Amino acid sequence: MSEGHDRTTDRLARALGWASLGLGVVQVAAPGAVSRLSGVDDSARARGTILLVGARELFHAAVLLGSRNPASWVWTRVAGDALDLTALGQALANRAGRRRGRVAAVTAAVAGITAVDMYTAVRANRPHEDRGEDGRDERTMNLHAAITINRPREEVYRYWRDFENLPRFMAHLESVEMVGGGRSRWKARAPLKKTVEWEAEIVEDRSGELIAWRSTEGALVGNSGSVRFSDAPGGRGTEMRVNLGYDPPGGKIGMTLARLLGEHPEQQVRDDLRRFKQVVETGEVVRSEGSPEGTRAVRQLIQRPAQPVR
Amino acid sequence: MKATCWMGRNTVEVQEVPDPRILNARDAVVRITSTAICGSDLHLYDGYIPTVKKGDILGHEFMGEVVEVGSEVSTLRVGDRVVVPFPIACGNCAACEHGLYSVCENSNPNAGLAEKLMGHSPAGIFGYSHMLGGYPGGQAEYARVPFADVGPIKIEDDLPDDQVLFLSDILPTGWMGAEMCDIKPGDVIAVWGAGPVGQFAVASAFLMGAERVISIDRFPYRLKRAERAGAETLNYEEVDILDALRDMTAGRGPDGCIDAVGMEAHHPTGLVHAYDRVKQATRMETERPHALREAIMSCRNGGTVSVIGVYGGLLDKFPMGSLMNRSLTLRSGQCHVQRYLEPLLGRIRNGDIDPSFVISHRMPLEDAPRGYEMFKNKQEECNKVILTP
Repeated sequence: MSEGHDRTTDRLARALGWASLGLGVVQVAAPGAVSRLSGVDDSARARGTILLVGARELFHAAVLLGSRNPASWVWTRVAGDALDLTALGQALANRAGRRRGRVAAVTAAVAGITAVDMYTAVRANRPHEDRGEDGRDERTMNLHAAITINRPREEVYRYWRDFENLPRFMAHLESVEMVGGGRSRWKARAPLKKTVEWEAEIVEDRSGELIAWRSTEGALVGNSGSVRFSDAPGGRGTEMRVNLGYDPPGGKIGMTLARLLGEHPEQQVRDDLRRFKQVVETGEVVRSEGSPEGTRAVRQLIQRPAQPVR
Repeated sequence: MKATCWMGRNTVEVQEVPDPRILNARDAVVRITSTAICGSDLHLYDGYIPTVKKGDILGHEFMGEVVEVGSEVSTLRVGDRVVVPFPIACGNCAACEHGLYSVCENSNPNAGLAEKLMGHSPAGIFGYSHMLGGYPGGQAEYARVPFADVGPIKIEDDLPDDQVLFLSDILPTGWMGAEMCDIKPGDVIAVWGAGPVGQFAVASAFLMGAERVISIDRFPYRLKRAERAGAETLNYEEVDILDALRDMTAGRGPDGCIDAVGMEAHHPTGLVHAYDRVKQATRMETERPHALREAIMSCRNGGTVSVIGVYGGLLDKFPMGSLMNRSLTLRSGQCHVQRYLEPLLGRIRNGDIDPSFVISHRMPLEDAPRGYEMFKNKQEECNKVILTP
């Protein structure tokens, strides 16, 4: 289960990380030399400022080189550039002659780097190219999860195909009502205790193999999904692969907001599938006193004590 | 009801908590008649198992009388006397179908937590951390038993609690430890740890036809108990185990080596013990794996090392070179208790084994804090504590 990464952006981001590392090391090791080169060695505060900037560069390097998803950290560099340009602007205003020339040259260089940082950051924030099979549009957030169920393929397919079963294991759904003609009405809990409703239609349905659906025009959160069923090897039951696509209102920003409100879509799909397995294999969602609602990512972090529920 | 709650490192309290109620249709509620403190409860008590929360009810060895059943439970009735296995298992998933009950795929609602530490999640366990389900344990007056149509075994004759209670964990655990050694005529088996599980492993190895069984510990009173079960004994504070085993087997090494110690082993050399103690205390490794290291080094070429002592996470200085170059087989697992209930109840009934020989202390549930302290510090030759609610 993942949101796809853009490899080129990641490579660019990592290169910027190496640049940060080089610059940071020089600034921390030889702040005096850096201040002379930059033409600010006449200021008493230059040494301390350059040391701080160097430490910040090392932080950029750490997050950009250490993260599995470096592109999303490039904004830290853009913020750093803004600080640097502000400081250089002040330095430029207070100087004349050769020193002014040096400060101007450094400022130009930093402005150039800022442009590269901005480009990378914007690239990183661009919605991912759609890689789904069912023609979702560019702004879609794609989620994927898979699980093996110890039941025959036909039975697993039939259980999912009756969408009215979905709220039994999909934590966010309040109800799904089949309204005929392959259409269904979905009602879900949204962040901030609101509910959203939409209508969906089945776009493909191959018995025991595939179900694909998408929301109809006018849904607040456009969404689509597909489930593929195949025989697990050697009589191990059914392999199920789920792809879900969402067009969250407000795009990426809306998504980030939802995450801040405690929604972790990747984990939710995984949890949904685990509960689906429990329901199909054991007949119900398994509950413990520590997690009385059953498998839920949020609950796993904030457990009740393992004591009977009143 | 009253229940034994974990309240922090080295602290348990018997508190008043709500009575359990049915949460799933396949649940039963059991009024507990006997329960025990397990050596693995001491890992919780000592604070070495992650994701234990203040207020958690402990205990995974218990039996009693069914007082309520969920609508989907047709195998049990109110009034039935049952022993409850410690791993919670659904009976429907692929693992359960293959008899691997302690890795049931459905019984841990907090599987996501376990996956972070272990890659995949094992089964839920009563009273054994939130990573393993967040289920309240059985050192209490009542307990809810999930999948009651799969786990609990009915005791329909007049065998006393003392004889059948240990079917819940330590008897089948010791048995599985010996079974994993795949014992053949003439085999010499060495068992690290002469606590109750080690004592049962000794007895099981003999029942499976071992020629000699050697029990290793540092407490003379525990070694004496192993001796009564027929074992030869070694005190690792007095002899070098590797040398002694080499000598006793004329250079071959034991054919099967059972680790019935787990993550809090001791080492006779202060320096080595201190090294692991410091790394454990600073959470740089979760285990003090000395018994396991020694079991691997001691085992004969091509032999089997069977791990039933509990480990929680990561360890270091693991003699992988010895294991690989000498064709050793490493087998392990939390016991698949459900698999052994019927056959072992049969052996108790026909007199092959009377598990009550491990009991050293009995006390009311209210005295659980004293029981933990005695058991941990090996006071009054404490071997096994039974609590009665």
